Amino acid sequence: MGEGRKDIEDRYKALKNKVQEELEKEKGDGIPTIRVTMSTCARAAGAEETQKVIEDTVASLDVTARVIPVGCLGHCYAEPLIIVEHPQTGFPPICYHSVNAGKARLIVQSYIKDADPAFEYVMGAMEDNELIPPVTTFPRFGFEERIVMAHCGRINPWDIREYIALGGYSALVKALTLEPEVIIDEVERSGLRGRGGAGFPAGRKWRLGRTQKADRKVVICNADEGDPGAYMDRTIIESNPHQLLEGIAICAYAVGADTAIIYVRAEYPLAVKTIGHAIKEAETYGFLGNNILGSDFSLSVRIFQGSGAFVCGEETALIQSIEGRRGMPQHRPPYPVERGVWGRPTIVNNVKTLSYVPSIINQGADWFRSIGTEKSPGTAIFSIVGNVKHPGLVEIAMGTTLRTLIFDICGGIANKKAFKAVQIGGPSGGCLSDAFLDTPIDFDSLTQAGAMMGSGGMVVMDEDSCMVDVARYFLDFTQKESCGKCTFCRIGTKHLLDILDRITKGEGQEEDLTILENLARDIKQGSLCGLGKTAPNPVITSLRYFFDEYVAHVREKRCPALKCRSLTAYYIDLDKCARGCEACVGSCPVEAIFTTKGRKKAIDQSKCVKCGECMTACPKEYDAVRKVSPPSLAPIIERPHEEKVKEGA
Amino acid sequence: MVKITVDDRELEVEEHLTVLEACIQNGIFIPNLCFLKTRHHPHASCRLCFVSIEGYDRPVTSCTERVRDGMVVKTNTPEVRALQKSAFKLLMSLHPCHPKICPTEKPCLLMRIAKHIGVGLNPKPLEHIDRGLPDLVDFGPLYYVPNRCVLCAKCIHTCRTINQMPLLTFAKRGIMTMVAYFDGEQNTSICANCNACVDVCPVAALLPKSAFTSSVESRKA
Ligand SMILES: Cc1cc2nc3c(=O)[nH]c(=O)nc-3n(C[C@H](O)[C@H](O)[C@H](O)COP(=O)(O)O)c2cc1C
Ligand code: SF4
Ligand code: SF4
Ligand code: SF4
Ligand code: SF4
Ligand code: FES
Repeated sequence: MGEGRKDIEDRYKALKNKVQEELEKEKGDGIPTIRVTMSTCARAAGAEETQKVIEDTVASLDVTARVIPVGCLGHCYAEPLIIVEHPQTGFPPICYHSVNAGKARLIVQSYIKDADPAFEYVMGAMEDNELIPPVTTFPRFGFEERIVMAHCGRINPWDIREYIALGGYSALVKALTLEPEVIIDEVERSGLRGRGGAGFPAGRKWRLGRTQKADRKVVICNADEGDPGAYMDRTIIESNPHQLLEGIAICAYAVGADTAIIYVRAEYPLAVKTIGHAIKEAETYGFLGNNILGSDFSLSVRIFQGSGAFVCGEETALIQSIEGRRGMPQHRPPYPVERGVWGRPTIVNNVKTLSYVPSIINQGADWFRSIGTEKSPGTAIFSIVGNVKHPGLVEIAMGTTLRTLIFDICGGIANKKAFKAVQIGGPSGGCLSDAFLDTPIDFDSLTQAGAMMGSGGMVVMDEDSCMVDVARYFLDFTQKESCGKCTFCRIGTKHLLDILDRITKGEGQEEDLTILENLARDIKQGSLCGLGKTAPNPVITSLRYFFDEYVAHVREKRCPALKCRSLTAYYIDLDKCARGCEACVGSCPVEAIFTTKGRKKAIDQSKCVKCGECMTACPKEYDAVRKVSPPSLAPIIERPHEEKVKEGA
Repeated sequence: MVKITVDDRELEVEEHLTVLEACIQNGIFIPNLCFLKTRHHPHASCRLCFVSIEGYDRPVTSCTERVRDGMVVKTNTPEVRALQKSAFKLLMSLHPCHPKICPTEKPCLLMRIAKHIGVGLNPKPLEHIDRGLPDLVDFGPLYYVPNRCVLCAKCIHTCRTINQMPLLTFAKRGIMTMVAYFDGEQNTSICANCNACVDVCPVAALLPKSAFTSSVESRKA
């Protein structure tokens, strides 16, 4: 390799220097830079308006500032976020949170124009310094350990030069100077496990790919991400697409592939656009395409837009879908790595798996192994939603406990409620109770507890969640998303759903519990693909850890969380109801509330649709509306006779 | 040739075979609905052909497992039967069994499987699921009976073999998954002289319209 190796390295060095010079020049003499998070999550919070207001204000105040879009910082609860660098003021880069149009105007005016950082809106400084407390003093930043997300939200995903300036693509350069086997050894030694769900060792998959004898091989980056509520892969693509492309290129070089396909769902338009733009830029700079950086390695990368079926994330279904067929999983073997898309050996890896690769090549397997646990090295990336104070994206070292993640990093349960359960691993993960809060987050511990790492979706639930209802919700999803091919999954999940439906309606029989348990076990054992094999998990774990709740529904027709409509009732506590107050009456959509003989209010149970509006409407100082389960606990109060007569007339 | 043992019987079989084929060739019945000799890759959707194989910790489908020398197979362990019964009951929770009007030759394959694994033709303790599907769907010169269909895909595969591009396909998802037909004048005329799918369907879910009129009449009567 001798000669060629030096060429490649020199070419890269020259390119990096040129890019750094260009960027320095653009920064000019201390011109302020305003970075606005513009990922899908931030846009949903109004980032586009924020950006526009910043630009307009900058123009109208006649100041100079560069406005640069960046991806997601992971703090989705505080979006839109902006990071302002104003070198002339002597302050470090400052992060502001929840920057709506009004705040944006004020910040530009106060900080950009008058050099006053508007402290009331500051979230923290992005660097350690003497003047402003840095964001790293927040538990959220402090506990996190970022590899894949290190640059997310900090660099412009639309400008390859920012990535290169930080040393981006140097891992590819290094890889191109190594023998493919050496790279595979390193990835294997790093212990990197697939982040798409199953946790299969990436190095072993690559080696299998390498040893296949075929003229042409394919790398597929799986960015289907069909789990409701999960958006890690989308965010990583929207925030740092070049890190992923670099990982893909290294993988392709190592296994000997000439084609890479990024399978993104069409419902992710911004991710599709971002990665499409990044591919073009990378080609222009010679990191993709023919004879990459002058070497004899060529790689063409294209995007395939999936049509959004959850099952198409399963690798064999994904391949069928790329080939233009109905996305239905196939029996394995043959595994895709033996016979994949168009009959070629195909290495399928998740977005996160591939995004770790540049860091591993640059910093080595030992460094990667120094983070996380023995069997699950590295970090875990979760999107945390539900009843926590600070939902969002989090990257933490494997082995961090659920308690730390939920209570320290995400601020605990919102609205002063108590923790009830956490559902990990997407719709086919398991629901764990508080007894599992000290479980370390890693592939094997979660599987052992009956949940799974999945692709990193996590839903935290508070005391108001009914576990039977939660199981029903997830089964409703998996049942609809079943491809319909095999008996257990197609028909079995529908029976599970029907039985859960019955139980939440108070029509459950004692024997339903046995049927649920047996059927869930059989579906898990008997199904053809991972969807069916995991779909019963919410049922199995909720039966195991929240059996009392099932029993209450079935035997006492009672929903302990007061959630299931058919098993609850509202009534008005006559001791608390204030004579003459009419607040609830107008709120009721069905006119179920009437005036009692004592001029207080009561609910006609035969009319009430259990919407809960009256409970919200009743003034706090009276707090007279009660919700109970079973419904028989609600006292029956007769409508006064006159009113009935009046109504009839 | 390799030697395998099935239910304590020693067999000598060709080595490229699947366990299911090896058993069928030797007169050992294993319940199956979706196995087709001509398929390169097993469809493996009916989930009835489970066997237990020494060295595996749980039953596996015999249509996807190739024979190996010295393999020890059991076709009737309690675990195997439990899975088969479960899958069969699931199928029967959609499939209405009306022996009087069903045009299959008796005993039909479902009856045979029920007898073999020792269950009735009803889904108990599961309830029957009514998906609200029509009794008959028009497939050009054929009728499709969605409630009978077990989605074995034999029809689709057979049609693909004959016509390169199949005129039949799967449609919809989950419990609503059905076979659908690419309608059109040309297709109608191809089908009129073919009927290959009708012959291969194990449960009479596809019928030539001509043959079907009589059974509809008999139901009305
Ligand atoms: C129903 C189902 C859905 C899946 N969805 C995804 C997905 O959205 N993204 C993903 O990367 N892997 C998904 N997988 C896992 C893939 O089949 C495959 O194992 C993975 O992409 C391999 O990459 P990895 O080794 O990097 O994890 C899914 C699997 C199943 C069974
Ligand atoms: S388990 Fe479900 S999704 Fe997978 S092949 Fe069977 S029916 Fe399709
Ligand atoms: S719960 Fe809704 S329907 Fe029932 S009384 Fe209150 S407001 Fe009316
Ligand atoms: S009759 Fe023949 S051509 Fe028509 S659908 Fe059936 S197999 Fe295909
Ligand atoms: S119509 Fe018959 S052959 Fe076709 S999938 Fe249904 S049961 Fe199988
Ligand atoms: S014959 Fe094996 S699964 Fe149907």
